[in-house]
Amino acid sequence: MTLRPRIGVVVEWLPPLVVFALVVGLWEGLVRALHVQQFLLPKPSTIISVFWTQRHVLWPAGWYTFKEALGGFAIGSGAGVVAATVVGRFRTAGQALMPIFIAANAVPIIAFAPIFGAWFNPIQPQSKMAIAAVLCFLPVMVNTLRGLQSARPRQVELMRSYAASELEIWRRVRVPTALPFLFTALKVASVLSMIGAIVGEYFGGAMNALGVTINTDAQIFQFDAAWAGILVASLLGIALYSAVVVAERLVVRWSPEARVS
Amino acid sequence: MSDGTATPAVVRVEGVTKTFPRGNVTALENIELEVAPREFVSLIGPSGCGKSTLLRVIGDLIEPTAGTVRVNGKSARQARRDGGYGIVFQEAVLYDWRSIAKNIALPLEMLGWSRRRRRERVAEMLELVELTSFADHHPWQLSGGMQQRVAIARALSFEPSLLLMDEPFGALDEMTRERLNLELLSIWEQTGNSVVFVTHSISEAVFLSSRVVVMSPRPGRIAGFVEIDLPHPRTVETREAPRFFELVTEVRELLRRRGEHLLPEEEAVLE
Amino acid sequence: MSNAAAVVRSPPARRRRASVVGGLARAGLVALVAAALVGFWELYHWVWVSTGWTWPFVVNDTSMPHVWTIYHAFGQPAQVNQPALINVLLHKTAFTAKEAAAGFGLGALIGFALAVVLAQVRLLQRGFLPYIVGSQTVPILAIAPMVVLWVNPRLPGSLQGWGAVAVIATYLTFFPVTINTLRGLQSADPRALELMRTYAASRWAVLWKLRVPASLPYLFSALRLAATASVVGAIIGELPTGLQDGLGGAIINFNQYYSIEPQELWATNVIAAALGIAFFVIVVLAEKAIVRRAPEETA
Ligand SMILES: Nc1ncnc2c1ncn2[C@@H]1O[C@H](COP(=O)(O)OP(=O)(O)OP(=O)(O)O)[C@@H](O)[C@H]1O
Ligand SMILES: [Mg+2]
Repeated sequence: MTLRPRIGVVVEWLPPLVVFALVVGLWEGLVRALHVQQFLLPKPSTIISVFWTQRHVLWPAGWYTFKEALGGFAIGSGAGVVAATVVGRFRTAGQALMPIFIAANAVPIIAFAPIFGAWFNPIQPQSKMAIAAVLCFLPVMVNTLRGLQSARPRQVELMRSYAASELEIWRRVRVPTALPFLFTALKVASVLSMIGAIVGEYFGGAMNALGVTINTDAQIFQFDAAWAGILVASLLGIALYSAVVVAERLVVRWSPEARVS
Repeated sequence: MSDGTATPAVVRVEGVTKTFPRGNVTALENIELEVAPREFVSLIGPSGCGKSTLLRVIGDLIEPTAGTVRVNGKSARQARRDGGYGIVFQEAVLYDWRSIAKNIALPLEMLGWSRRRRRERVAEMLELVELTSFADHHPWQLSGGMQQRVAIARALSFEPSLLLMDEPFGALDEMTRERLNLELLSIWEQTGNSVVFVTHSISEAVFLSSRVVVMSPRPGRIAGFVEIDLPHPRTVETREAPRFFELVTEVRELLRRRGEHLLPEEEAVLE
Repeated sequence: MSNAAAVVRSPPARRRRASVVGGLARAGLVALVAAALVGFWELYHWVWVSTGWTWPFVVNDTSMPHVWTIYHAFGQPAQVNQPALINVLLHKTAFTAKEAAAGFGLGALIGFALAVVLAQVRLLQRGFLPYIVGSQTVPILAIAPMVVLWVNPRLPGSLQGWGAVAVIATYLTFFPVTINTLRGLQSADPRALELMRTYAASRWAVLWKLRVPASLPYLFSALRLAATASVVGAIIGELPTGLQDGLGGAIINFNQYYSIEPQELWATNVIAAALGIAFFVIVVLAEKAIVRRAPEETA
């Protein structure tokens, strides 16, 4: 009995670990064997050792940028949910506004990053939060709205048969239906917020921000340090993404994917 | 009943016509139907003749194009607002995010029952539909027939004075179906509510009902009524009584006379 | 089902007329929306300037240049002895569009192939999917210079310069395609799968006759996302490469003069936005042309 779950854990974790070992091993081996210059691609072992020796610079820089991303994620996603709620409440308004949101979603917002730097003081974290927030807003808003509108008609009808008010239908049917849609969007937004913050920093930011650090390192050909910074950024992005996944498992417990016994 | 109208009908459908603008289908035309208190009325007719539509008009889930519907002496809308009926749809409509027990408890929550009363009633209902061990499962873990039983339990849970049931037993095996037929009858006898019951099975209609309403399609009309004078309580033996077979034949004749090429059973198979 | 039938039955003439009317209505809507946006922009500018509000940022002619200033900027040369800005920008747009289109095509192909492989071999899916998701957390802007150093020398002459940027665009494009297509391939109705088993269908037949058709709606919604992603990738790729021929280079360039002539950066961004929307619209139109089916009812 006690063996079962352990086997499950092994089956779930073994393949990614094997892939990880293979890829890192291959990378290290190839870089060594082919004598790849380190400005092209440093060895994983070098990256890890710099990741450790430079921890007093890199980790606080990562934390600084992570806070910007987190702030943008919270503001953008929150605004997206609020906007979707408002628009979803007024159907005609929603239908009229939907093409705007779809078009806005197709705009490469990243191109506007320098303007946010000009609007807010580029040294202040607000400018990065603003980019991250705008990047997060649209996917969250569009997906949540779609979720709120995709309740099955019969489920709504049954609530009507209980004389449920619109508010109650919203709370008991539309919101639960929208939750999986919301989490899909939040996963996208978690990655976007980190990218937004780093791209924002590319156009100028505080000296102790991760994006600035990576950029400076690359310019002075300290590629091992740049890669270590990239590693920090990825780890933080993965952390935020994983947090959303965990939250999803906790909240959307009913779905077949959650697979709770 | 308190408002002392001449005939205290539970359901009174007067001159109801329903046209769906999409496809311009006349699903119902000039329907006249009354359901008396404690009456068990079955609707039977070929697929697409408007049975589900009629049920939804009575429940004020869609509005008729013409005509009026009154339930318990009130407008259908008012009756719905007052929690006047329980409905079982043709397909089980369950909420994926609620456990089976919570699905059954939903109308009780809406009616403001206390937690304890809810728990007790849900347990009773789960026992009735033999799903006690599935209380904490989620709908996707149940078979189609099991899901339908949950929907039935939910509609019965708050003992509404009017039950609207759209082929509730269609997805069940014969044994469960016969057992639930008997359960439904005993509940009906105990609580004294009225039932409007849609079915494709002539024998089920005859076995359960006080009256069978035969409908004909395109446009949906009432072709005739068959009063079922079988004695109560009805038991397994009722199905073997000669009178039972006479009534079954009568309903079948009525269905056939409306120019339908197929028997309803055959229609049902073709679906 | 009944919807599809209704569409087939309706006479073509009526359908065409309906689509013309719909097209006009949509064009009108677009114009209306554009007008509303311009109005909002100027109103916001006016209110914030006249009240002196500074939250969330200070509004003046630099932070929010007037719409007509931006409009005039298109007609003027950005530097002396140069053609009008709009001509310069159109050239740069064509360059960026080339990168984005190459990235889009490559990314869609790789993304689809990857999804098919992962859907067929569960073990590979378990092993690789976490890293495919993780790949998108890598700040592509940060590796872009290294990608360029790595890729460029290995490209044939005609691809040098922009080829590396296309690779970066590919990197952003493949991801939504893989994830969505994978979901689509796995979304085939289990009963239909069982039916295929009763026919003793081969894996290959199940894939092409059932899984791929089931994944098409997912694929197209992914391509819509990928269209924008490829433009983003192309712009991001140009930023650190010092490539001056595209919109990314223009953004860097005009950013340096923002405090003097903000309208030029704005003009560039308007064009960049238009490019993103154009890519999106092309994919939507292509979808309409390829998949002749009832219009989507999901919204
Ligand atoms: N929402 C709707 N929009 C358009 N037409 C509808 C709608 N609902 C039902 N109809 C049409 O109304 C007619 C009656 O439908 P209804 O569902 O009431 O039939 P039914 O008697 O319940 O059939 P079945 O026995 O197959 O359940 C059908 O022709 C159907 O096409
Ligand atoms: Mg029906």
